[in-house]
Amino acid sequence: MVTTQYLDKEINFEHSNKKLLEDVIHYGMSLGADFIEIFLESTDNISVLVEEDFVTSVSPSFGKGAGIRIFKDKRDGFVSTNDLSRDGLINSISQAVQMLDIKEPNNYEKFQGLEDLRNYSKRKHDWLRNVPSVDEISEKLLLSTTSLKKDPKVNIRKSSYARNWQQVLIASSDGTFAKDIRLHQTVGLNVIATDRQYRSSGSRRFGSSDNPNDLRKWDYENASNEVLESSMNMLYADYVEASQKPVVLANKFGGVIFHEACGHLLETTQIERGTTPFANKLNQKIAHEAVTAVDEGLSNHSFGSLSVDDEGMEPERSVLIKDGILKKFISDRAGELRTGHKRTGSGRRQNYAYAAASRMRNTFIAKGEYSKEELINSISDGLYCKSMGGGSVGATGQFNFAVEEGYLIKNGKLTKPVKGATLIGEAKEVMPKISMCGNDLELAPGFCGSVSGSVNVTVGQPHIKVDSITIGGR
Amino acid sequence: MDVNKITELIKEGAKTLDIKKWDFGASFSNDFSVQIDKGIAKQLKASQKQVLTLRVWNGNDLVGITTTSDLSELGLKKALFQANLASEYGNKNEKIDFSPLSKDPIKSSNKIKINPSGIKKLLKVLRIAETDLLKKHDAIKSIPYNGLSESFFKRYYANSDGASRSFENSQAAIYLYARAQEKDKKPRSSGAVKIGYTLDDIDIDSCINEAAEKTISHLKYSPIETGKYMICLSPEAFLTLLNAFSSFFNARSILDGVSISTKDSIGDMISNPSLNLYDDGLHEENISSVPFDGEGTPTKRLCIINEGKLTNFIHSESTARVFKTTPTGHAGLGSKVSVSPDWLVVEKSNNSSNLLDKLNHEEYLEKYIYIEELNAIHAGVKASQGSFSLPFDGWLIKNGEKISIESATVAGDFKTLLKNIINIESNQITTTNGISPHVWIKELSITGD
Repeated sequence: MVTTQYLDKEINFEHSNKKLLEDVIHYGMSLGADFIEIFLESTDNISVLVEEDFVTSVSPSFGKGAGIRIFKDKRDGFVSTNDLSRDGLINSISQAVQMLDIKEPNNYEKFQGLEDLRNYSKRKHDWLRNVPSVDEISEKLLLSTTSLKKDPKVNIRKSSYARNWQQVLIASSDGTFAKDIRLHQTVGLNVIATDRQYRSSGSRRFGSSDNPNDLRKWDYENASNEVLESSMNMLYADYVEASQKPVVLANKFGGVIFHEACGHLLETTQIERGTTPFANKLNQKIAHEAVTAVDEGLSNHSFGSLSVDDEGMEPERSVLIKDGILKKFISDRAGELRTGHKRTGSGRRQNYAYAAASRMRNTFIAKGEYSKEELINSISDGLYCKSMGGGSVGATGQFNFAVEEGYLIKNGKLTKPVKGATLIGEAKEVMPKISMCGNDLELAPGFCGSVSGSVNVTVGQPHIKVDSITIGGR
Repeated sequence: MDVNKITELIKEGAKTLDIKKWDFGASFSNDFSVQIDKGIAKQLKASQKQVLTLRVWNGNDLVGITTTSDLSELGLKKALFQANLASEYGNKNEKIDFSPLSKDPIKSSNKIKINPSGIKKLLKVLRIAETDLLKKHDAIKSIPYNGLSESFFKRYYANSDGASRSFENSQAAIYLYARAQEKDKKPRSSGAVKIGYTLDDIDIDSCINEAAEKTISHLKYSPIETGKYMICLSPEAFLTLLNAFSSFFNARSILDGVSISTKDSIGDMISNPSLNLYDDGLHEENISSVPFDGEGTPTKRLCIINEGKLTNFIHSESTARVFKTTPTGHAGLGSKVSVSPDWLVVEKSNNSSNLLDKLNHEEYLEKYIYIEELNAIHAGVKASQGSFSLPFDGWLIKNGEKISIESATVAGDFKTLLKNIINIESNQITTTNGISPHVWIKELSITGD
């Protein structure tokens, strides 16, 4: 596998460039900046698509760039460039200083030099060599689409793989100097089933971080059975009637609702904007006492885990809500500066073209004491949301989520499948209604798009019961 | 880097690797943007981006691809090498070639070269806009989502057969989303977006006024009963739906089996005969207009629906080959070439005698719902099944009174919606996504509280 190499005059990712980076930072500080951060990135990605019984697309890509952020008081200027030469970085710093209209005295002395390199990439240099080859990937994907042939009503079968390898070097004027290599791999399955006028679709995504061998262990048979069962169950489903009912949300990807509807409101970027109803609720009850929620970047190989965030801080385990009480916000450097909430190792960005922002990592509702059956048995008329689709949260906190696979609950039992359901509500009204949490916590990988681009995350929860929510339908 | 030099380097590198056929698309941009919070600069941003997508054909006529932002000599060599490797996995079931139109003349565009306004000017203009919007109503407490940007970009396409195209343009945009709240009431939010070729082209005042009017008009709100209602879709909302379901006229989606249309759908009556739909990427109102697509095919106006009848699909080179037609200028360069619409234009056809002309959103006072904006499209649209369930901003009009709807979703089937069009107003409105009049639908399901 070819890897990225660098021209002699360009900054590279090795410790030997410390002096060069220090010079660039000193230059910016001498122009009056309060704080300077340089984020260098190199990427090497590939994606593979299998449709039906053929590989139809293999797409490699690679790139490099730098994101330079300067703070003056609480303002910040951000410049990104593909020019990694010394002159390129100096020009970018000058541009950022000019944008901020800095005319203050020289801050050269405030920068004491970079600390010794914190090298998180030491045992990661062989990852790119150890990931599966395109042949291995293709073979596995073809096996997965072949195993979807079990029912003739399945007429679209797709399987895809994406590998993202990222090398980063972070240097900033508080001395931070860190290097890391990240590896994310995902594989997805999609089917469309048809029978006369009936149509259904099903999809599942699996993923992990920092484990070159992960795809080799992927149980494609189990995955294809799962997606096949889902699409077959939904093929002849009726549209759900609009109503207000109790619901049980399944574990794993069911956690997307907490992520979108509540998690984002606990990011300091939302406090800065004045768009979270929880801004002044620290140590107050915002959820049912059954709810404890965590955001962390530490779980081994989870999709949202990090050795170090994009601002050079090691991630922490942040208990956001404890027994219904709001305990912490998710914060980055700008968030700490502007809101006073301490950084949590959550400064994240899609790539060098974005300034880091406070973003979730692995976010989940902690497990409770009930079985899934106990949750369902407690409802006489409701909806079981087995698989959730995407959703959105409006500027005033209203959320809306599609239910991909839903079943009516009648007298404590699951009955017929229903399609077209959406869950509608507001976090501050729904959080107190999560009255029961199951004992089957699981995480699921996903991608979260927000102010600093798309980042890898996991969402998760055990089965949970919401006492009442608006169900959109027909 | 100069594109002629890039072409030369690729030509030389290809020769070294014995690659006889190649093409590439490249884009370069310089973007500047500002955001503020109550007059204070929040984030000022400048970015310089370059990206190149390179395709090569190997001896077996299979195509490999690589995308890179590293346009150094070494980077381009690596891109050629990787694309050559990837060609071993090229799709054996779909022949890909250069567009037969990649050397046809394109509409020349001699835009005057504009220099960036500069961050300071952007900041000054946005500060004034924020202040003016906050002054519009006491209930408007903040403008949490705002931004003003300028972008200068260049696009290139070239291939080993001698095709070479370039295009240069600029775009500026402002968005202002206000948050308003009255005592003991829920916060309400709405906003507006305006675009132009440069900062001076943008009608900032109309953006402020539109954002204020929309936000204030939602202050008096009420829940709505769940049920079926007659609907008037704003031009923005109707275009949003057409774009979300554009797979119905997209040849790539049809070949992939993810469209509600089939290969044989041309000629089908798919809507009320009063509807005409065009894709017109070169329309003079389209600020984002580019005169050629990712394969170098010239952009052109194409009729999609004529008097309710599906008349054309949009194509890339490879889908056009399958359908035995010519590419339409809608391709995006990729390992699997994508196809997407440019700029939709909706109009009332000459066959509109069956429409209910009395339905006019400015005059009609009986019961209906006006949908101003549809949200969460990525989550609530199932394009392959033709169904949608979407949250929206809008009003219930009843007995002459207009009340903002607190929170609701609209659900339906896209094919049924097209057939249930009961009026298309005469006045066409230009939006950021295309042009459309207001369109009335017989009924759709609404879920309220």
